[in-house]
Amino acid sequence: MILSLEELQGVGDKRIKSEKDCNKELRICVGSSCSSLGSSTLEKELAKKVKEKGLDKKCKVKGVGCNGLCSAAIMVSHYDKEEQKETLYGGIESGQSDELVALIEESSALAEKKLDMSAPFFTQQLKIVLENAGVVDPNDIEDYIAHGGYHSLFKVLDEMSPIEVIEEIKISGLKGRGGGGYPTGLKWETVLKVDSDQKYIVCNGDEGDPGAFMDRAVMEADPHKIVEGMAIAGYACGASVGYIYVRAEYPIAVEKLNRAIKQARSNNILGTRIANSSFNFDIEVRLGGGAFVCGEATALVASIEGNRGNPRQKPPHLSDYGLWKQPTVLNNVETFANIAPIIKNGGEWYKNIGTHNSSGTKVFALTGHIKNTGLIEVPMGISLRKLIYEIGGGTTNGKPLKAIQTGGPSGGCIPEHLLDTAIDYDSLKAIGSIMGSGGIIVMDEASNMVEVARFFMDFSKSESCGKCVPCRVGTTELTMLLDKFIAKEATVSDFELLKEMCEVVQNASLCGLGQTAPNPVMSTIKYFEDEYLQGIKND
Amino acid sequence: MSVKTDDRYKMVEKTMKKLGFDRSALIEALHTAQDTFGYLDKDTLKFIAQRLKLPYSKVYGVATFYHFFRLKPKGKHTTVVCMGTACYIKGANVILQKFENRFGIKAGETTVDGLISILTARCIGSCSLAPIAIYDDKPIGNLTIEHALAEIEELIL
Repeated sequence: MILSLEELQGVGDKRIKSEKDCNKELRICVGSSCSSLGSSTLEKELAKKVKEKGLDKKCKVKGVGCNGLCSAAIMVSHYDKEEQKETLYGGIESGQSDELVALIEESSALAEKKLDMSAPFFTQQLKIVLENAGVVDPNDIEDYIAHGGYHSLFKVLDEMSPIEVIEEIKISGLKGRGGGGYPTGLKWETVLKVDSDQKYIVCNGDEGDPGAFMDRAVMEADPHKIVEGMAIAGYACGASVGYIYVRAEYPIAVEKLNRAIKQARSNNILGTRIANSSFNFDIEVRLGGGAFVCGEATALVASIEGNRGNPRQKPPHLSDYGLWKQPTVLNNVETFANIAPIIKNGGEWYKNIGTHNSSGTKVFALTGHIKNTGLIEVPMGISLRKLIYEIGGGTTNGKPLKAIQTGGPSGGCIPEHLLDTAIDYDSLKAIGSIMGSGGIIVMDEASNMVEVARFFMDFSKSESCGKCVPCRVGTTELTMLLDKFIAKEATVSDFELLKEMCEVVQNASLCGLGQTAPNPVMSTIKYFEDEYLQGIKND
Repeated sequence: MSVKTDDRYKMVEKTMKKLGFDRSALIEALHTAQDTFGYLDKDTLKFIAQRLKLPYSKVYGVATFYHFFRLKPKGKHTTVVCMGTACYIKGANVILQKFENRFGIKAGETTVDGLISILTARCIGSCSLAPIAIYDDKPIGNLTIEHALAEIEELIL
């Protein structure tokens, strides 16, 4: 039971003190990429060997969440507490536990696997959401507390009124990180103002964009941070129950979240009268069933209620009529992960990061034909060029870049000549793409843009829930039309029809899925029209 | 096997009980059932419908809406080819086609002898290892066509 900020600090101090003589840490990344190469086995074996050699008093072995540079899997970080120095090693193999043991005594071991920490990949990043990823053991609440965790929640309960919390979030300028970009503070304020006995906080962890794995990494690496963010939201909006809706395809994330909730409950960080206040809050995890449309707010709520994930007409918005007809706040995983740092450092601090209209940082998943694939967090406003060429290290094999795709099936393709565009909500929208949830797919010159557009359209087609005609029929028709272009069988009137159909689907669909489904087609027509023209047969 | 004698139904029952047999327990119950039985057959769906006091049509409707639920048993082995964007642009569709040709079945189907099922996933979130496939729960990334076929041959040996 932790009942006050002092007790919380006590828990953290006690942990730090107990590890006083343990100067080193070997942090093994057990994120999705590293663990598929056997890092979990490596961690267990290493821990066993370190103990056998009596080195466990000197060096702690822990499994941590995603370190970011997935292309260098397996990643191991060697942290020296005295010097506060971190050294990263990449490309470690699952059988190299002996070499890692040697590293504890002899820092020159494994020198050839050492990563250059002065590379832009490391220096250009700013980690707020991912600050604990690769550092804190996600299975260990005390480790989280020792790194300042739950301090924001206790601070809020001790010192701040719900309105003050919302004010702080409003000052920060934080916008929804799921892709919509709606101001978080405003969303919370609306729900706070609605009079109701029961309100809900829902976290969207149904990361459905193909090519995106940011939320997965956050849930796996730092589940307590999401719990803390949701609890603060609960206090600010007057809600006592929260749900985390997670993809069933992410079993590790589900396991970590459930463990985090259990640990929080047993310390009375979740439950009744949290921190001796009158605030009650608890969280449950609900599994998604693999339906992209459930990323849409009303569909997600329908799914938690045990129904088919069909969206409904808005308004009424969730803030008035959400889960079980009650006022509901729905935010994305990354949004919740920003809350504790904002409370800790203040809204002003956050506002000063990034750009005027898009403050803070954004996590991106860099994939495709790019050297440094992985997860990165950068301040808003950084240019795409810097992201791709400096942090990402450029294309694989140095082939010329053709386009990048942001925003998944709802986003668009951005051609090479627009790479100087800054990453913020408005600039990306202005060039026909969207921020989206953060997947960035780099395509080199070998990619055929009509085929890419068809890939996304086929995805939207199979993910359409079928409720409204423009989306259900429109996406099917669009896929068939694109097939004609790929087969070089299209006519001039097909091209006109394609453009017209895009507009109809965009304007007439019921929910976001249909309304944004034509984006990949429209943006490729805009920037790569000649590839469509090549698909028109000569009469 | 009848509901009374099969212990596995108790697992599903437990999930529904935890959620107070509320109608909203439906999806959670389906997840537990699929975990326990490997797939959802008609008896299981009817059992859940009865316990949650829902019409069978509703249970069937939900089970068929979500891609994650299977209404047919899987083969002895499974290969899940990730069809996310990162995998797609690195040739996942070609790999899938090779698999389909090799076994004469389409994605989502199982060979007649029940040896292997070929499935696809929207995106398994391991984009940095693209293209990737999961062979009997073991993810293998950075696949090439030769490599991918070799892995599948190894699986069925």
